[in-house]
Order: sequence, then C-alpha cells, then structure tokens
Amino acid sequence: MTARKTARKSMRDRVNTMGDGMHALFLLLPYGILFSMFIAVPILIAFGLSFTYFDMIQAPTFAGLANYISLLTQDTIFFQHVLPNTLRFAIIVGPGGYIIAFFMAWVLAQIQPAPRTVFALCLYMPSLAPGVFVSVVWTTVFSGNQAGLVNAFLLSNNLIDQPIQFLQTPYYFLNIMIIVSLWSAMGVGFLAMLAGILNIDEQLYEAAYIDGIRNRFQEIIYITIPSVKPQMLFGAVMAIVGAFNAGGVGVALSGANPTPQYSGQLITNHIDDFGFIRYEMGYAAAISVMLLGMVWVFSKITYKFFGERD
Amino acid sequence: MRGSSSFQGTKINPTRFHRSQIKFYLLLIPISIFMLLPVMFVISNAFKPIDELQRFPPTFIVERPSLNNFRYIMQVASGTGVPMSRFLLNTVAVTAVTLVATILITGMTAYALSKKKFRAKEWLFKVNQAALMFVPAAVGLPRYLVIINSGLNNNFMAHIVPFLAMPVGLFLVKQFVDTQVPDSLLEAARIDGAGEIKLMYKVVFPLIKPALATVMIITFQAVWGAVEPSTMFIEDDTLRTFAFYLGSLTAGGAPMMAGVGAAAGMIMFLPNLIIFIALQSRVMSTMSHSGIK
Repeated sequence: MTARKTARKSMRDRVNTMGDGMHALFLLLPYGILFSMFIAVPILIAFGLSFTYFDMIQAPTFAGLANYISLLTQDTIFFQHVLPNTLRFAIIVGPGGYIIAFFMAWVLAQIQPAPRTVFALCLYMPSLAPGVFVSVVWTTVFSGNQAGLVNAFLLSNNLIDQPIQFLQTPYYFLNIMIIVSLWSAMGVGFLAMLAGILNIDEQLYEAAYIDGIRNRFQEIIYITIPSVKPQMLFGAVMAIVGAFNAGGVGVALSGANPTPQYSGQLITNHIDDFGFIRYEMGYAAAISVMLLGMVWVFSKITYKFFGERD
Repeated sequence: MRGSSSFQGTKINPTRFHRSQIKFYLLLIPISIFMLLPVMFVISNAFKPIDELQRFPPTFIVERPSLNNFRYIMQVASGTGVPMSRFLLNTVAVTAVTLVATILITGMTAYALSKKKFRAKEWLFKVNQAALMFVPAAVGLPRYLVIINSGLNNNFMAHIVPFLAMPVGLFLVKQFVDTQVPDSLLEAARIDGAGEIKLMYKVVFPLIKPALATVMIITFQAVWGAVEPSTMFIEDDTLRTFAFYLGSLTAGGAPMMAGVGAAAGMIMFLPNLIIFIALQSRVMSTMSHSGIK
C-alpha cells in the first residue's frame, strides 16, 4: 500500500518535472538563442579564427599557432605600449576604482538617509553619462587651446605661457584617461556594495562592540567586509570587466585610433586596430583570446578572495 | 559612556545627525564637487551664445543664456538631408521595443531558472554567471561577423537584437525571483487554475518589479546612447538613430560646435539621469540581492 503510494507519488513528480522541463525549455529559448548568438558564438569564432589567416575577402586559411607566436615574439607595439598601458590602466582603474567605490559606499552608510541619497547620486552620476557626453565633458576640460578649463586656469595664474596639448601629448595622455575612468568608476558595483552595507543587521555591530571591538576600522574588518562579501565579489567582477572593456575612452579623447604615439593604446584598441583597420582578423582574434584569458585570470583571483569557501 | 540617543547618530545607517559625522561630510563634499563640476560646466556651455564660448578666460556660469545651440540641433539635417525628427523617431522606436522585449525575456528566463525543476538548471545559471566576466569589446569583430551574416545588416533590428541578452540583468533578476517570489504563492495560484502565462503576468512580474526596473535602466542606458549599430551595420541614413546624428554634428571642432556638442551631450545625458532618479529606490532594493555566493 505505502509502496504503491510512493511509487505513484514519484511517478507524479516525474511527470511534473517533465512538464516543468518543457515549460522551462520554452521560457529559456529566446534568451538562449540570443545569448548564443551574441556571446557564446562570438567567443567560439574568436577562438577559431585565432588559428587562421583571415582578411575578410578570402576564406580563412589554417595558420596553427602563428598568430600567437608573432603576438608573443614580434609585436613590438604590443609589448612596448599596449601591454604596459593596459596593465597600468587596468590596475589603477580596476582595483583602485574598486577600493574607492567600496570606501565611498562605506562613508555614505555613516550619514543620514536624505543627504546620503544626494551624495550617492553625485558619485554615481558620471556612470549615467553616455559616451558622447563623457567625451564632450573631458575634451572641453582638457582642450588644447586656451578655452580648455585646465589650460585657462594654468594660463591665468601664469603657471604656463603656452596652452598644453593635453590630449595629443603622450606624456599626459594615459594619465588623463585614468582620471576620466576613475571619474566614472562608481557604477553598478558601487550601488551593490552600498545596498549591501546598508542591509547589514545593526545588531551585529552592537554585539561586536559588546564583544570588544573598539573602533570603526575594526568594524570594517570584522563586520562590514565579511557581511558584504557577496556584493563585493559582484562589484569586483564588474570593476575588472569595466577596466578591461575600456578602450573607447582613449579614442574618444584623442579622436583617433591609434592614440597619439600609442600612448593611450589599450588592448581593445589594438584589437580594433588589427581587426577593423588592417583587416588582419586572425591576428585580432588571437589578441581577443588573450584579453578574455586575462579577464578570466583576474576574475578567478577575485573569486579566491571573496568567494565563499566550501 | 555612550547614551542610546547618541548611538542613533554614530552607528551605521544613522537616522539623525551627530557631530561625529562631520568628517564624512568633509570628505563627501569635495569629491561630489569634483564629480559634478565638469557636468555643470558642459551644461552651462550648452546655453552659451557663440561670443561667450570664445571668451578668455572661459566663464563658468553662462551670462546671457540662449537656446541657439539647441535650435541648431533641431534645424540641421544630416549630410544626406534626413531631418532630425526622423532620427529621434527611430531612437524612440528602438528604445521602446528593446525595453519591452528585454523585460519580457529577462523576466521569463529568470523565472524559469529560479522556479522550474530541470536538470541543467544549476549549470545554465553558472554559465550566465561566468558571462558576467564577458568583455564585449574583446569580441566586437566576431559579433560583427555574426550580425552581418544573420541578415541583420542594414536592418532596423540591428539596433535591438544585440542588446536583448544581458547577463548582468538576468543575474540580478534571477536572484530577486529566488528571494522575493515564494513557492507557496505560485502553488496557490496553480491550484486556483492559473496557467503559466497568467502566473507570470499576475504573480511573478508584479513581485519582481524593482528588479525589472533596474534591468530597464541598464538597457535604456545601453540602447539610448548606442552609436555602433548605426555606424557599423546600417547603411541607410533613414534607419540611423539620434545618438548617431548628435555624434555626427560634433565631429567639427569650431567654437560654435563646442556649444552644439555640449547641448547634444546634455540631451543624451538628461533622460538617463531623470529615469535613474525616478527609479533609484527600486535599483537599491535590487542591488541588495546582487551578491555572488
């Protein structure tokens, strides 16, 4: 009797699961197709093309590891400019911007709700600015003629005699790119961390003070960070992707790819340079694979830091 | 000794002001000014007549505001004679269709990944979570090949389709469904005879509105300002968008154009800002479910 009941129940479960499976298939289909088309397939194509010569006119021909070998041994622009620029940019804008975002989120949690909303909006506002606006704002500020805000300030205080061509001078260019990117570094990750910090149970802090922590620094180390780890991981992944995805900044500021004497050339610009300008698709694909690999390695490291250990 | 009333002002998420908060204000005020100043300057530039734009040293606040720059944008047509209104109409259509489609697709996918029972469920969510690391700029080229080979070339859909699958959006909404849509409620609705479509429309979607609003904002920002589809996939000028048109206006570098550029930038920026302000409390409630475990 009971055995039959269980059998019937498990039968019903199986039928339900099958129904669920069919429903799920229909529900997942549109996203699945779009995800494959614009994310999965492009990644596979990049992998595939990276082993070929392909100029968009003739069919790709197999080239083995030739693209990777020339990338690692012959591409002087890559080693002299692109790689150092990308690493310097990504390390300052990625972890740097991330630490600032966490710290600002923490500071905002220490003041009352009304002013907090206003300040949070000020800090987040640059992330709302579309590309056109970012380039208008910063080309106006760093414009090479005397109408540029920085030049005007320096000229009228007699600190310089001639306006500086900020956006065409390699010496300044990467630093300006970094300033601009830090300006808009407080994005979705910042909001996630702010929401996470505000949601921490206040009793945790009270209990911790009873248990003997003494100051805000200890609060952050023993309560805040452990409680918002999941949001911090989300923010970290967003920060890494943002830092490596940025390539538009340099082109928008200088108005050209390559940037002045490759001073602001990042790996994504290098990909576009070979792909869309020189039509060396196989080689561009090899650089893409390299970039995806770099992002993957950095993300793994952050998962090690913030992920929950099983 | 710390009284309980003073604890109200010094703890995290305080409800009232306490002088110990002054140090935080001293930090927040200058940083906020640094963030805002360039934006204010450009907005002020947008209203400057040409002689004020050329003045040295540049004035920060506009003295005799004029709408000339905006008028210029309204009146000029593109190189091929397509009027501004056509581009604006295209953008409105693209944005509306993309938003509705994104919300539907993200909502139903998140519901399936959260509440349905099937074998590959965990794995699919893991794949989407890994795609958070996806760097679109890395595969711009293969994406380009996919688009031109799938009939989207010079097709209005090229503005819309590439933006519909957004791993971050799905991730946020799925987490939200996990915590905010109780199984018991779904069960009750099923017993009442609700079909799948009714269930989603009447129960799931209303409960996850904040997360869908967040997806809406992220999508809006991506689509409204997008220039790439117009430059890369569209050859017919009448199918291009407003962002492309504004970008093409500012290509010149004359002082007049500095004002027009500022006005164009401001037009692109304001909708993002207004929508975010309107929906910010929903965004914050979504973000508290954003953690990766």
